[in-house]
Parts: sequence; C-alpha cells; structure tokens
Amino acid sequence: MTMDRRSLLKGVAAAGAGAAVTALPLEASTPKPEIPPDAFGMLYDATLCIGCRACVTACKEANAMPGNLYNPPEDLSGDTKNIIKVWHRDQPDQSYMKAQCMHCLDPACVRACMIGSFQKREFGIVTWDPTKCIGCRYCQVACPFAIPKFQWEKAMPKIVKCELCNHRINDSTGKPMPACCEVCPKEAVIAGDYRDLLAEAQRRIDEHPERYYPAGAPKIYGAEDGGGTQVLYLAGVDFENLGLPDLGTEPAGISAAAIQHTIYKGFVAPVALYGILGAVMWRNRRSGKEEE
Amino acid sequence: MAHPEASPVGGPLLTKSYKFLLFFLSIWGVVLIWRFAAGIGAVSGLSDGYPWGIWIAFDVVTGTALACGGYAVAILCYVFNKGKYHPLVRPAILTSALGYSLAGFSIVIDVGRPWLIHNIPLRVFDWNLNSALLEVALCVMAYTGLLWLELAPAFLEKMKDASSPGLRSFAEFGFRFFDKALIWIIALGLLLPTMHQSSLGTVMLIAGDKVHGLWATSMIPLLYLVSCVAMGYAIVVWEATLSSRAFSRPREDSMLKSLSGAMVIVLGLFLVIRIVDLIIQGKAALMFNSGGLSLLFWIENGLFLYAMFLLAGSRRLVFSNVFKAAMLIIFTGSLYRFDSYIVAYNPGPGWSYFPSFPELFITFGVIGLEIALFIFIVKTFPILGGKMPSGSES
Repeated sequence: MTMDRRSLLKGVAAAGAGAAVTALPLEASTPKPEIPPDAFGMLYDATLCIGCRACVTACKEANAMPGNLYNPPEDLSGDTKNIIKVWHRDQPDQSYMKAQCMHCLDPACVRACMIGSFQKREFGIVTWDPTKCIGCRYCQVACPFAIPKFQWEKAMPKIVKCELCNHRINDSTGKPMPACCEVCPKEAVIAGDYRDLLAEAQRRIDEHPERYYPAGAPKIYGAEDGGGTQVLYLAGVDFENLGLPDLGTEPAGISAAAIQHTIYKGFVAPVALYGILGAVMWRNRRSGKEEE
Repeated sequence: MAHPEASPVGGPLLTKSYKFLLFFLSIWGVVLIWRFAAGIGAVSGLSDGYPWGIWIAFDVVTGTALACGGYAVAILCYVFNKGKYHPLVRPAILTSALGYSLAGFSIVIDVGRPWLIHNIPLRVFDWNLNSALLEVALCVMAYTGLLWLELAPAFLEKMKDASSPGLRSFAEFGFRFFDKALIWIIALGLLLPTMHQSSLGTVMLIAGDKVHGLWATSMIPLLYLVSCVAMGYAIVVWEATLSSRAFSRPREDSMLKSLSGAMVIVLGLFLVIRIVDLIIQGKAALMFNSGGLSLLFWIENGLFLYAMFLLAGSRRLVFSNVFKAAMLIIFTGSLYRFDSYIVAYNPGPGWSYFPSFPELFITFGVIGLEIALFIFIVKTFPILGGKMPSGSES
C-alpha cells in the first residue's frame, strides 16, 4: 500500500491519540482501604476448630437454604454459604478450614459489578441486591476467594454468598448475629467488631505463639491481605493450603480499576479523541479529494 | 457515503442450502428454549470456577473483534482518507452490524437474570464507573445502534424506489440528515470501538493472578485494540473473497492486496508492544518457563509473524498469500482472546472447563443466524459492489 507522508502523519496523529489514551501512566499505588467505623466481622481460628460442622447446618437454617448434615455439602455452592473443609485428613498437620465471604475492605466484586448490585453497606458487610443483578457473573471472575456462587440449575438463578447474617440483628446490641458463630462449641469462630477481633487474634498469638503459622512470627490472615478483610484467620498451617491465596497487601485486581480510571478520568480522553477524529474527517472532506 | 455502484444481489432466497440453514436454526431455537427453561447449568459446561465460557470468549469477545471490519476499514477510508476502499465499507459495516447485534443476543443467552438486563442502560444512577465491563456493555450497545444507522443509507436507497410516496419522502429526509451528520456519526463509529475493544482487554485484569502473567499485563487494553484492527482487515479480505465467489461479484483484488500493508504495520505493532512490555515489566522469563502457556504464547506470536511474512514485500502480490494471511490473523486473534479469557484463566485447583455439546450448538446457531441474515440482506439491499471499482494498485 502506498501512502503518502502527509496522510500517514495525519493518521498516525489520530492513532497516536488513541494509543496515548490507553498508555497514560497509571495512578500511583492506591492508599490502604479505609476501615468502616462500624466494621463488623468474624475471626476463625483453625487450631480450635473440631470440624463438627454445626456452623454449616446453622447457616443453612438461618438462611433458609436446602440441605442438611445427613447430606453434607462439599463446597460452597448456590445453596451453601458456609462450609467446613479439611486439609490433610488424619495426618499430623491436619487442619480444618471455614470458608465464606471475607467481606473485604475494598472488595473486587464491588469494583467489578456493573450497576452496584454488590455493595459494602452497614457494618462493612458486602451485600448482593437481587433487584439490580443481571447475572453476568463478573463478580465470580473478580473475587480472589471464589466466594460468590451462582445457581446453575435454576431458570431464575441468584448469586449466593454470606452476608454475615445481616438479617439477624440482635435487639440489645444492634449488631448482626452470624448463626455460625452462635453455635460454635469451641469459639473457633467468633463474631464482633473488627477492631476487637484484631486485638483478640493478637492476644491469642501472644498467649500461644507456638500454635500458629508461620512459626516465629505468626500472622493474622486478613489483617492486610488483599487490602484487608473483615473476616480474619488464624491457623497452624500455611494459609495457602487452606485456600487463602497470597494476595499481597494491595486489594485484588486493583490495577484494572487504576487503568480504567486513568483512561476515563473526567471522560476527557474519549471526548478529545472524538474531536480529533471529527476534525480530521472534516478536513478530509473539505479538501474534497481522495489521496491515492 | 453514496455508493452508486452497490446493488442487491437478487435471486431466489430460499435455495436448498438456505432451507437447510433455516432447519438448523429451528433446532437451535429448541435448544435455546431448553436453556431458558432449565437454567445455564443444564446446557453448558460452565461452573462456579469457570463462570465464563465460549458464549463470552467466542460469541462476545472474539465475535465483536471479528466484527471490527467496519471499524478497520473506516479508519483507512475516513482517517487516512483512502477513498478507494469505499466499495468495501458497506459489506464491512453490514458484517459488523450483524456481528455486534448477535454478540448482544449472546449476552442475553449468557446472563443468568436476563429479565433485568434493562437495568444496565436504564439505572444510570447505579452505574459503577469503576467497572470495565460496564464500559464495554454500554459502548457495545451504543455502537450496535450506530452501525445500523451507518448502514441506513443502503435501506434508504431501497426505499427511494418504493411505490409509497410516504416511504419515498422519508428516504429523501433520511439522505439529507446523513449528508449533514455523517462525519460525526462516523467519528463516533471510530471512537466507540476504540473504547470498548480496549476495555475488553481490561475486563480480565480484575481477576488478578487468576489470569497468567503472559496475558494479564497493563498493556492488554492496547494489545486488544491493535489486534482487533488486524482482525478487522482480515475479516474484510475473507468476507470479500467469499462473497465474490458466492454471489459472482468481482473480487476487489487490488484493494484487498493493498490492505496488506496496513495489516503488516498493525501486526508489527502488536508484537513489539507485547514483547517489549513483558521485558520492561521484568516478566520476560515467563515467556519460557510457563510450560504449555509459554508454548501458546509463542504459537500466537509465531502465527502473527508468519502472517506478516506472507504479506511482506512482493509476496502480497499473490492473492492466495493475502487470503492465507487473513485466515491466520483471524485464527490467531481469536486464539489470543480465548487464551486470555479461558486457557490462561486458572481459578484454582479442582476446576476444569470444556464446552458441552448444547453449549457449542448454541454458539454455532448464533453464527448460523448471522450467515442467514447476511445472505438475506445482501440479496435484498444494495450492499455489495456491482462492478469493478475504479481504484487500482498505484
């Protein structure tokens, strides 16, 4: 294709504007997400859990989900919001693991959802709104903990995940009463204000540092991981073995938001590109002749 | 956008093969009813680990990229002012309009709660401007409408010859409107794909480490944008070749060959951005130590490189090289999209995905419907060029 220099330059200018839009430097790394003043959460201590699964049954009852202990679920699903799993059954380093929504401080599902069906609301609880959700499942793609589940077998499905029993508010304290925490016989999972739970976790570590992972410098998973989560974990084995990924301290998938923000900040770049394209074509048309 | 040389293909619509196509589509309709009655799980291989499969990765992400013919040719025609490509514009816009419309239709099939899908355009105050997917959704909707608007002159030309005076004066009015507004419509037709084709790359970045580092890079929006342009040119070559054969129209050979130069530049850009970005980010080692994914990475780049080789220098004068390169670009661009949405997506241990038969069948049906509509429209409306174009290799 022969292209004279003038038309090439003109085109390159326009194409360059388009590329510049995409290639602007990203905003500096995000500040640590804010902790909501009324943040409420849970602390699960895998070293105390005996795997009785009372919490699984209580969750199903409290949330009117099908299934019971005689037909125990194997994983989170469209009808299971809370699950107890086991790592290395009958081995010296056996550990139980409780999985449910982590109620992230800066949740990827909230950033992903197109129309705010996922939101962080009272007590910092991440909620799902059935009047908005169209079922695109982008939340599932986004969540680093694989928490939101979809009802695959239903013609009119919902997204299912733990909402920290925000429908069971204690009359005297005015705070949620997660059913799983109410029934736990070993206080392996407890509910409370986020800041109190952090202190309690630290107290347990100080009291029995030898119990907790990693040896020497025990860690509270969720204190900083993925920007911080309102559900905290203590364990005797590597958290990754329990399905808690090593996310670093940045909120998961935050780079996508940074790129999107940078490109569409104030919608200036798209409008500018539109103007340039229009101007180039207007000039082309006015010059009235096509270049070969 | 006057195309005095375009004319309807004419001839009987219900040929034997067209009847077969309609028969196939009626079975497809039954499978669709099944999907909406029994739920997505009943007809697909999708799961909580792989919530998106071929309906998104092929029908929407690859489908709209293959529908970038209109975008790619419009860049040449209107930004680079290469008017000689005009005869390619209308068929390209038609395939784009059909491709985007059917991608939209596929989204309705794929979303779990389609009875609320109007929430996306209507609940303006709930829009989450952080969501790359929202940008894609709104932009794709707008562009689909715009493509049909760009195509409207073809329908108006047909109306101009109608017997009803009402239709005739409507056509008159329409032509006057297009004469004034066309530049701004076309500029929008260039802006919107620039926005959402790049955002289609951004979409998967929120999955973080679930997508392998060879695909999940901050340059992925630009890589998606550049590769969709290459795929747009390739699809124009492919479609122009097939239509000329099927409807015995002259093939726009010289034009198709001269598209080659554009394809070489665009492919080169893609490869340079991709490799240099990985090196700058210090992720060059991934290119070699990621096992099967490294291999896929090199297959993608190798095939693009081979397509460049076929189009370089005097090789492009042989039409079969151009056609072969176009096929390679279509395949490789699609592979790149499949890899970044599915193959390089790893939701953790215990999950696997392979499309089920009904799931594949639904996708084939979408393609079948597109072909059926394309044939119907080019036989009825002035879309394809009727005589040899004046532009020649220069």
